[in-house]
Amino acid sequence: MILSENDLAALGITLRLAVVTTLILLLIGTPLAWWLARSRWRFKFMIEAIVALPLVLPPTVLGFYLLVALGPHGPVGGLMEALGGRPLAFTFTGLVIGSVFYSLPFVVQPLQSAFSAIGRRPLEVAATLRASPLDRFFTVAVPLAGPGFLTAAVLGFAHTLGEFGVVLMIGGNIPGVTQVLSIAIYDHVEALEYTQAHWLSAVLLLFSFSMLMVVYALNRRFSVVQP
Amino acid sequence: MSIDARFRIRRGEFSLDVALSFPERGVTALFGPSGCGKTTLLRAIAGLERCDGGFLKVGGEVWQEEDFFLPPHKRPLGYVFQEPSLFSHLTVRANLQYGRKRLREGERKVSLERAVELLGVGALLDRRPHQLSGGEQQRVAIARALAVSPSLLLLDEPLAALDLKRKHEILPYLESLHRELRIPVLYVSHSRDEVARLADHLVLLEAGRVQATGRVSELFSRLDLPLARGPDTESVIETVIAGHDDRFELTFLDFPGGRFTVPRDHRPTGVPVRLQVKANDVSITLEHQEKTSILNIFPAVVDELADEGGSRVTVRLLVGGVPILSRVTRKSATELGLRPGTAVYAQVKGVAVLS
Repeated sequence: MILSENDLAALGITLRLAVVTTLILLLIGTPLAWWLARSRWRFKFMIEAIVALPLVLPPTVLGFYLLVALGPHGPVGGLMEALGGRPLAFTFTGLVIGSVFYSLPFVVQPLQSAFSAIGRRPLEVAATLRASPLDRFFTVAVPLAGPGFLTAAVLGFAHTLGEFGVVLMIGGNIPGVTQVLSIAIYDHVEALEYTQAHWLSAVLLLFSFSMLMVVYALNRRFSVVQP
Repeated sequence: MSIDARFRIRRGEFSLDVALSFPERGVTALFGPSGCGKTTLLRAIAGLERCDGGFLKVGGEVWQEEDFFLPPHKRPLGYVFQEPSLFSHLTVRANLQYGRKRLREGERKVSLERAVELLGVGALLDRRPHQLSGGEQQRVAIARALAVSPSLLLLDEPLAALDLKRKHEILPYLESLHRELRIPVLYVSHSRDEVARLADHLVLLEAGRVQATGRVSELFSRLDLPLARGPDTESVIETVIAGHDDRFELTFLDFPGGRFTVPRDHRPTGVPVRLQVKANDVSITLEHQEKTSILNIFPAVVDELADEGGSRVTVRLLVGGVPILSRVTRKSATELGLRPGTAVYAQVKGVAVLS
């Protein structure tokens, strides 16, 4: 076996993190994207800017703030402790929270543009055919935005796979608990274990490449992210 | 029963300010030039355009008033948009069933088969919208709106996006809707030909205001309205088939002013038929011409003249109380001494049988 037990654990954590993060992001990203696509609120641009922030912000900055917030002396971590829980920094849950912030624009933006592309007409048609707002959303908007959902899921997933800075800041590097692939690779390089670094990198490269191929093949009109 | 609507809507430069009432049967056309507010009015009736302080009552049921607004999906109406707007992710069958599935059991008065048959879309059921021509898509859209058994059918220029050939493909279906279903229809159009063919009642809109309302046959012959101006002025006359002549292949059509003779029509005696007579096809004589090839000559009285300048005048004639427009040269009008009250003969050179 070329991959060590630690490497396999890192692979497992990485995949679990990406799956959980993508699911959570689809759950909260869908209503957010729907609102962004439909709302005429004049200060909408501020929310759009906040959503897009992780695109430009160095991951270490995002990670730092999250660490402060989630740590035992931060507002969230403090609250968790007061409620008898443990602070979230250096836990898998902490990683999930960090990843959700980090990958947010990669899920929200494709969904938002997919919802915008539908236009108002199909929803008005559905309204005249007795469909309530929620009914219209699930039977018209969601199916018509199908390719957008695929794009959002794959991008969110792939982006979470390659996470480094945020994870390092709030998850640390605990093998078997919070050590993800990209950090394992970094460790191998630090230790001059190039063979292992090669194998792990190849796994990530292949994974990302094949996922993007699937997206492009299924969705020709695909545009990655519009800032 | 009638449909009463009162709306005041402001959208930037444009404002719609209307109060109107039209019968809850037959086809009512909202007619006017582009940008006069026809579509906005229709959308307001459907509840797609929200305005404060509006009022809408359909068949004794209030859909909107001061502090009440029935959302569009709770209004028992069918809406056909200018573009077919079929759901591209569904088959034709699923499109037709979309609204129907959402009705309560007792609300399904028009069967799906009936809607499919009326619009002739039976062969298209398993196809996807993108596999249909524009005309086919629009027919499916109309069938889809019918399948929800609406108490009011709203059609927003359903033929506007189609070329002439497709228009003529759909018009017969719309005419049969008109004849065979008892659903009141509100039909937005800027085509006088469509209005002449399909509508019973007319609401003329101009710059967001109601200019006139009334029966089609009445408003088409009113010289003070823009309908009687322009090069293709015409009259619409309601008649009933009185009989046929097999020897000469002719059909007789009775109206209060007399009897029209037209080429043989396939429909039986007693069927109401609408005629369209172009003002340019009606000439005026003071004496009854005996030896002439023209079959349709009626005694008439000049009711009103409209001089639009130029060489021609439009004359409104009353034939047994029924208005028929004639367009003659000003020279002829002067030489014949035409003025309100003059007794004349109207010679109708050509008629078009509409429905």
